[in-house]
Amino acid sequence: MTIAYPTTLAKRKSTSYLQRLDWVLVGGALALSIIGALLVYSATRSKQADAGLDPSSYLKKHILNLAVGLVLGIVISRFDYRLLRAYTPILYGISIVGLVLVLVPHLGHTINGAKAWFLLPGGFSFQPSEFAKIAIILGMSMILSEKRDAESEPRDIDVIYALGVAGVPIALIMLEPDLGTVLVITCAVLAIVAVSGAPARWLIGLIVAGVLVSFLVFKLGILSPYQVDRFTAFTDPTANTHGIGFNTTQARIAIGSGGIFGQGLFHGAQTQGHFVPENQTDFVYSVAGEELGFVGAVAIVVLLAVILWRAIYIAVRASDLFGRLVATGVATWFAFQAFENIGMNLGITPVTGVPLPFVSYGGSSMFANWLAIGLLINVHMRAKE
Amino acid sequence: MSDRSTLRLMVLGILIASLLITMISRLFFLQIVSADVYTAQASSNRVHSIETQAARGLILDQVGRPLVSNRTSLVVSVDRQALHTQKDHGQAVIDRLAPALGMTPTMLSYRLELCGKQAHAKPPICWNGSPYQPVPVAKDITEDLALKIMERRSDYAGVTASLEAIRVYPAPFAVNAAHILGYLGPVTDGELADQKALMEAGKLDPNGPRLRRTDLIGRAGLESEYDTQLRGVEGIKRVTVNLRGSVTGTVSQTTPVAGEDLVTNIDAKLQQVAETQLKAAIDKARATKDPNGTGNYRADSGAVVVMDNTNGHVLAMASYPNYDPSLFVGGITSKEYATLTAASANQPLTSRAIQGQFAPASTFKIVTASAALQNGYTSSDQFDCPSSYQVGNRVFKNFESHEYGQLSLSKGLAVSCDTMWYQVAYKWWLEAGGNNPGAHPKDPVEAMAQAYGIGRRTGIDLPSESRGRVGGREFKTLQNKQLHDSWCTRARDGYPEVAKTDLPRATLLQAYAADACANGGLFRGGDAVNMAIGQGDTVVTPLQMAVAYSALANGGTVWQPQIAKGFMRGDGHVVTTIAPKKVGSLPLTAANQEFLRSAFSEVTSQSFGTGYGPFQGFPLNQIPIAAKTGTGQAGSNKQSTSWFATFAPANHPKYTVVMMVSQGGTGSGTSAPSVRKIYEAIYGIHGSSINPARSVLYGGEPTSTFPKVTVNGEPIYPEFHDATPVSGGGAATPVGQTPSGSSTAGVVLVPVAAGWLVKKRSRPRRRSRSSGVIRR
Repeated sequence: MTIAYPTTLAKRKSTSYLQRLDWVLVGGALALSIIGALLVYSATRSKQADAGLDPSSYLKKHILNLAVGLVLGIVISRFDYRLLRAYTPILYGISIVGLVLVLVPHLGHTINGAKAWFLLPGGFSFQPSEFAKIAIILGMSMILSEKRDAESEPRDIDVIYALGVAGVPIALIMLEPDLGTVLVITCAVLAIVAVSGAPARWLIGLIVAGVLVSFLVFKLGILSPYQVDRFTAFTDPTANTHGIGFNTTQARIAIGSGGIFGQGLFHGAQTQGHFVPENQTDFVYSVAGEELGFVGAVAIVVLLAVILWRAIYIAVRASDLFGRLVATGVATWFAFQAFENIGMNLGITPVTGVPLPFVSYGGSSMFANWLAIGLLINVHMRAKE
Repeated sequence: MSDRSTLRLMVLGILIASLLITMISRLFFLQIVSADVYTAQASSNRVHSIETQAARGLILDQVGRPLVSNRTSLVVSVDRQALHTQKDHGQAVIDRLAPALGMTPTMLSYRLELCGKQAHAKPPICWNGSPYQPVPVAKDITEDLALKIMERRSDYAGVTASLEAIRVYPAPFAVNAAHILGYLGPVTDGELADQKALMEAGKLDPNGPRLRRTDLIGRAGLESEYDTQLRGVEGIKRVTVNLRGSVTGTVSQTTPVAGEDLVTNIDAKLQQVAETQLKAAIDKARATKDPNGTGNYRADSGAVVVMDNTNGHVLAMASYPNYDPSLFVGGITSKEYATLTAASANQPLTSRAIQGQFAPASTFKIVTASAALQNGYTSSDQFDCPSSYQVGNRVFKNFESHEYGQLSLSKGLAVSCDTMWYQVAYKWWLEAGGNNPGAHPKDPVEAMAQAYGIGRRTGIDLPSESRGRVGGREFKTLQNKQLHDSWCTRARDGYPEVAKTDLPRATLLQAYAADACANGGLFRGGDAVNMAIGQGDTVVTPLQMAVAYSALANGGTVWQPQIAKGFMRGDGHVVTTIAPKKVGSLPLTAANQEFLRSAFSEVTSQSFGTGYGPFQGFPLNQIPIAAKTGTGQAGSNKQSTSWFATFAPANHPKYTVVMMVSQGGTGSGTSAPSVRKIYEAIYGIHGSSINPARSVLYGGEPTSTFPKVTVNGEPIYPEFHDATPVSGGGAATPVGQTPSGSSTAGVVLVPVAAGWLVKKRSRPRRRSRSSGVIRR
């Protein structure tokens, strides 16, 4: 289990940062980010050119986002995460403020039905819910790993606190409303509670509650028409769903027509013909499917699998519960977000509008993803023998 | 950390792994299993066809003179879809465009409406094409306006100006030939539905060439008969387009294959003479008093056919009244069409030559005489020609009750004795059993008429030919079968609708009906004698008569008349040569044929001949004209039909000329002089001198070869002098670089400052091509 890694504290301290880095994890994330850059470029260059804009502007911004993300990841990985616990309340507080402010009229900006963005100068935007994911993971992990005498598992009160910590931002995101992100965070919350060793009744209770809530939400018409359309489009792509059925159908056609080896980067007719809307963000996977084919599309899933394998591995090997819970949270987040995103491209999940980690265009998402990688590295470097 | 935690972490890991496997499975299904389905969907999604019309083939006369050609027209089209996406639904564009086209904005708006209940105007003002097709709103606009429209895209969003090919009739020597050439008309919904059915049945390639809603197809004449060859194959460029319709790439491309040029046997000069002489005959008749009536001859219609009787080639064929085929170019207006089809216009669209059916009268004696020679009579037999002949209780008179006494068969034909044939026919009728015929009564006249091709379509390469009718026993039986019941009903119920106004007539009609009900199928003695002189139920088309006389002339071969000589490509390569087609032969010995040819020549050469007068002074000693006059009865209130059927030279026949003028008087008085003029034109006769160099036919006789073409693909014909291309694109076409029939000659693209490609004609005489139009 530890063969490839330094085994003594003394040795560990003597080895350099770079030597202790989980290169497999970093390599996987980097590879995905670079593939993402190409796909985003392919999806946007002709649109941009048609509009008389710089064809490579999305490519450049994606690479800039990646660079910033890398820096953030490095910074966060160099902290001892045990120290990080001290900063967690501050980070959490900032997130909550961001989530509240984004709901304030004229401050937050609505894209695709969700009031989830701050518009920044220079064509950049900022999505506080992406950072809330990290805040929630850190906050819950902190509470649930709090050392208590002779107790190896969290008490009920700890679980309640932890759920409270998660509940506030979830509620705020629900108000945007950004159901996809809520779904991702909920899965992460559930996994963190489970891995914390909390009593099984909490897990069963949470799952039952989740099912009930989603049923009620759907039935009581709490959802916005936009969200109803997304679900209707999922069950019946031919229904008039204001273009959402069109999006998913076109994305599926793009992927299906890719065949084994794809039509070649920059040569996908569906992609280059602008038939798939949002194909630099939510539907970026359709570009991979069409232009890189089965081989390319599977490669992306495999790279995701590598990241997830490393994350679970790091969770298993974490030196303490906090580290394990953080790694668990990140793994679950990545896994479910990727599944939601790829699933909607493939027509097996409803359209929820979450980005594909590392691949989709989007600064906030890229920063948050690399922050999460930084956290994993951090946990990894301080893993037990 | 507890074991429970680690265990749960493992479960989470398995859960995540299963999500990944799910995604890969689905990918496998979409990209490997269903790839074909999605690839097909993807291509239909984004591939659109741009059709490039193939230049329609020219129609040329026998020496290459264009009878039908093409020219380009700058056409303005408006894309309704594009207008509707504009803020004001394109009102500003309409307001700007309408005055430029000399229309009111309201009229233009009406033009852009789809025909239907909501439309403000009826066709052809409203648009009855596809809603996705740009609507043509004006043709023949100036180049300046076209440039303005194409350069100021923001002012004229959704409006395009493009070059389109339209039919043009050069009318060499002012020929009309409308009934031969025909015209084009738009594709109908029915034809599109038929095509769709064929396509669904798998009999038509959906990606192949096919009719589009905006196509024109031949609706009459040669344009219809040879539509496929003339049409060519459109070029199809399949392009990928993006969601907004912008072209992103080319999938496949086929160049248009120009239609083949149809070379006809028609000679434009001769056609012009035929048309002029037909009109002259009609004018002459109209100036002549009808001796049996009150006023002049009405001469309501007429036809003339000139055939090469050695091969069935139709050298000229005219019908009166005619029409201007260019009326149909770009769509005939409802007003023009109403004028053409009005009763007063007397059906100008009908070709009297192939569709008009008239009693052949004495011209039919070619059949009766042949039948006589075939059935026991000899050339030396003498016949009795009294002024009248009684059959049963009816008296059948000779023409104008002439009495000739005893005469020979040849003189009988020359003077056009009727009564001699009454006797012959009556004798045959009695021999066949009279009113009580056996199972298969012999009828020599009926049999010979059929042998001459009467009563069936000649098979000329023109649509809608009439069949004509041999009014013999077969016809009587058939007619009885069809009408027996209605005759008997009328016999019982009478004619109450006639009785209201004309009781005696109703009574008479009822009596006829009663007789027909009882004896309708009976071929009586009166029918037999009437038939012998081409009256009664027998009707023929002028073309059928021409075929019949040609058969006797050429030694017994019944040819299928042919307008088309063959097809050639724009590079001069002859694709098809149409060989003469024999459809029958006369059951007549060569000696008897020879005798008859000589007998018919006496019609013009002997002073007693009915055609002697009109041919006085004609060099008959060099070019003997075999002829037969005919003056047909066409019903109680119609004046007689003038016929003149001929071939020449009688001793070595080459040409057959048949003219007919309905309600035109006698054959010799009305038609014969015009037929003489036609022969004079053919042989270059002036007075009594013959000069082949003066013949209207190039080289003095019909041309059997195909015309040569210039490097530009223009046919070279005798009057063709100017072979220098008009400069347009700048560079002249290098010699040897011929357009090869599938070229895009005629239009070169010249980029201009505005970025628009201006289409300029480099070879204006020859071809025009239309620009492609994106059709979704």
